[in-house]
Amino acid sequence: MKRYFGRKLLVYILTFFIAVTIDWMIPRFMPGNPVDVLMARAGSFAGATELMHDYYTKVFGLDVPLWQQYINFWGALLHGDLGISVYVFPKPVAEVIMDAVPFDIFLLVPSILLSWFAGNWFGAFAARSKRLDNTILPLGYILTATPYMWLAMLLAWTLGIVFEVFPIAGGYSFSLTPTFSWVFISSLFKHWFLPFISLFLVGFGGWAIGMRNMIIYELEADYSHYLEALGAPRKLVRKYAFNNAVLPQLTGLALQLGVIVAGALVTEVVFSYPGIGYLILQAINTRDYFLLQGCFLFIILGVLLANFVIDIAYVLVDPRTRAGMQGESA
Amino acid sequence: MKRLSFVLAILIGLSMLLASCQPAVTEAPVVTEPTTEAPAVTEAPVATEAPAEAPPEEFVREETLYMGGTQWGPPTGFNPWNLGNYAAGTFGLCYEPLFIYDPLADEFVPWLAESGEWTSDTVYQVKIRQGVTWSDGSPFTAADVKATFDIAKDAPVSISPVWKFLGSVEAVDDYTVNFTFTTALYQGWSYYLYSTPMISKAKWEGKPVEEVTSGLNPEPECTGPYIAESLDQTKVVWLKRDGWWATEALGLDPKPKRIVDIVNSGNNNVALGMVLQGQFDLNNNFLPGISKLVDGGYGVHTYYPEAPYHLSANTAWLLMNLTKKPMDDPAFRRAVAFAIDVSQIVNVVYGGMVLPANPTGLLPNWDKYIDQAVVDEVGFSYDPEEAKVILAAAGYKDTDGDGFVEAPDGSKIDLKINNPNGWTDWMESNKVIANSLKAVGIKAEPNFPDYPEYVSQRNDGTYDMMISNDAQIANTPWRYYLWMGRNPVADVATMQDGNYGRYENQEVFDLTDQLDQVPTDDIEGMKTIISKLQRIYLTDMPLIPLWYNGMWSQTSDAYWTNWPSSEEGAPHWTPVSWRGYWNMTAIRMLTDLEPAGE
Repeated sequence: MKRYFGRKLLVYILTFFIAVTIDWMIPRFMPGNPVDVLMARAGSFAGATELMHDYYTKVFGLDVPLWQQYINFWGALLHGDLGISVYVFPKPVAEVIMDAVPFDIFLLVPSILLSWFAGNWFGAFAARSKRLDNTILPLGYILTATPYMWLAMLLAWTLGIVFEVFPIAGGYSFSLTPTFSWVFISSLFKHWFLPFISLFLVGFGGWAIGMRNMIIYELEADYSHYLEALGAPRKLVRKYAFNNAVLPQLTGLALQLGVIVAGALVTEVVFSYPGIGYLILQAINTRDYFLLQGCFLFIILGVLLANFVIDIAYVLVDPRTRAGMQGESA
Repeated sequence: MKRLSFVLAILIGLSMLLASCQPAVTEAPVVTEPTTEAPAVTEAPVATEAPAEAPPEEFVREETLYMGGTQWGPPTGFNPWNLGNYAAGTFGLCYEPLFIYDPLADEFVPWLAESGEWTSDTVYQVKIRQGVTWSDGSPFTAADVKATFDIAKDAPVSISPVWKFLGSVEAVDDYTVNFTFTTALYQGWSYYLYSTPMISKAKWEGKPVEEVTSGLNPEPECTGPYIAESLDQTKVVWLKRDGWWATEALGLDPKPKRIVDIVNSGNNNVALGMVLQGQFDLNNNFLPGISKLVDGGYGVHTYYPEAPYHLSANTAWLLMNLTKKPMDDPAFRRAVAFAIDVSQIVNVVYGGMVLPANPTGLLPNWDKYIDQAVVDEVGFSYDPEEAKVILAAAGYKDTDGDGFVEAPDGSKIDLKINNPNGWTDWMESNKVIANSLKAVGIKAEPNFPDYPEYVSQRNDGTYDMMISNDAQIANTPWRYYLWMGRNPVADVATMQDGNYGRYENQEVFDLTDQLDQVPTDDIEGMKTIISKLQRIYLTDMPLIPLWYNGMWSQTSDAYWTNWPSSEEGAPHWTPVSWRGYWNMTAIRMLTDLEPAGE
């Protein structure tokens, strides 16, 4: 057990190092650079850029050779310093991310979990009934196959503009100052609903289809037939089938939760929801090395953490993994 | 099954933990997230002004002006030196200039200054208005004006280049400032007069350089009509202050108690939706198809009730890289100018929302500087046949029979026209340009790099052709000519102040410098030099003026009326809240607004 996790941990540390290195490299090897973008945005007085260009290159530490930038980057990172953002200059990256993350979690945790539960339950249920399989499941296919952008805009248009039931933009009403009050919280929920339901619908379709296919596959597996041949009750067979079918779904769920801090880019763009996904897009558009690095760092940590949780989960859920470990220690 | 639910419980628990521990870092959950930055802003300025009044939970709609179209990312702070990034309204609502410039009437209006004049060839004297106070109650004096310019001596900020020709700033008495110049660059200086935010000496003196260039300045000191109340991810809120000097001095009183500037969403459909819902009182995004909204009974208005709907803000050019073949050949460039069907861009792409550019490229507010005789003689217009004739005469022939001309030396021509990806109106215009060029036998394709790459190709000089709109509306056409022909060409990459085509012509550089030294009231002197410049530019065609981008402005009468409009009796001010427009009379738009209820 100890050796199993020890080895896993080593792999995680190595992965982290490589991933963060790549994370550092990618923005720097894209054409364009942040100082140019900052200057292009500011430019106004004749001759001003000339003075400011060198200054800001130094401020962002881009005046030294790449290898030194890389070392400086690790040095700063180990001190918890993610740098200054260019996109929302001059705010520290950590602050920018922390402002956005709550919105992502608030939006994505419920939509992923609820769609997972509802989707799996419905998928398993549908696999059992031919009528349901033929009528409602195609709806799942339509939902997953729909271009998300289109679905989201359709929702925004009908519920937002035509019927004016829900607002179409922002995390809360523009007429509110955040306070811990009923008005504010209800505004939060009102603004949250459309992005939530759009993510839920798409996720729901995907999980339902996956689960339905897995159940049918498991029910056709040899062990199911064997169980049936032994005269086991249908309910028992289905239970075993479900237990096996849920494994890949569980992996999928954990991975989705892992990238939760990456936000939901398209959702956030369509509904103007102030999360990380939108920040990433803007960071790329402004060659904001530091913000991009920061966002990806969180994603790397999230994915690694999620994988780690899956590793533990599999030990608990899947007897085969446990057996393997025992064999190893024996 | 039991085990499964146990694992699930762990997973959910973990995710909840993740959810709850994140906000814990920022102090508290979503609800309080903005407060982590807000309190500093709300407390200090308000406390000194009115009896400390907490912002209300919900703004009263009838007393609030909602606007948008300026801020492209979460606002950070109120540092007026942080050009392009300060929270919308910082310079204009809070910080103010000495003069404001009215581009529609072409005149300077004394603002924090009472008057200003050249007392000798190299000394400009400003009389400061008395009775102007900062939001903390202290008076605005000549020392503040001096401090504003002195700061820019040490810290590299937007106005720092003034010290290339400014010798010293001297406060003669509390209300008189003398600017002594080493070289009197009248045109250049006139721009500083209305574009420099006046800051408080008490607050800024002695600040370290990095604090000046990159500080957030969360509690701005204001002479203007509004003080910063709060900012969060999606908006900035300005609160009207008592005791704005112009109320007494000029009888101006902005009616909105609060101004909320909403951050752009990066998705114009959202802006459009909010305009339709009446959530915006003033929106300055480019919204395609505005004519349908204006005519469709949505209560949406633009400056002109019919085409072109908007005032012109800047000139869109086709820049050509003169260091590359065949763009180094004036005949080829001239042929390109004749080939482009600008009317198709204006009418089809923009639906009449923009005006075609004059061949000189000078914006409509500079009409009087256009030498029509020169334009008639050497100007250009859409004429594909003429373009073909010019090409043929210069030796461009289709030698390999692929339908496109080759250069006189036989090399193939295959050009890319750049514009930033996602700028949909430009992308469509780009296609029109490429098709126009193909129609006369020049092979050219639109190319859409993302914005930073577009900028880097421009700075490094690796592009072929590109659409650009560098020269914005300003008081003097000198700025326009500076953008077109800036010297030295070698440093374009770090200078980023124009001449991206790398046009080298000493005569042009000299004329541009000469123009800078002509007094701003010597219109004839300016015209003489500008006429020469026009002749050279129209003969050499280093770049091609195409159309004028507009001051996009959609206003709604639902809560506020008396918006600027071309109609008789309506106020004629610039109807945009962009950075650098408050000081071009947009502040007057604000003071002329009336609540719709009355």
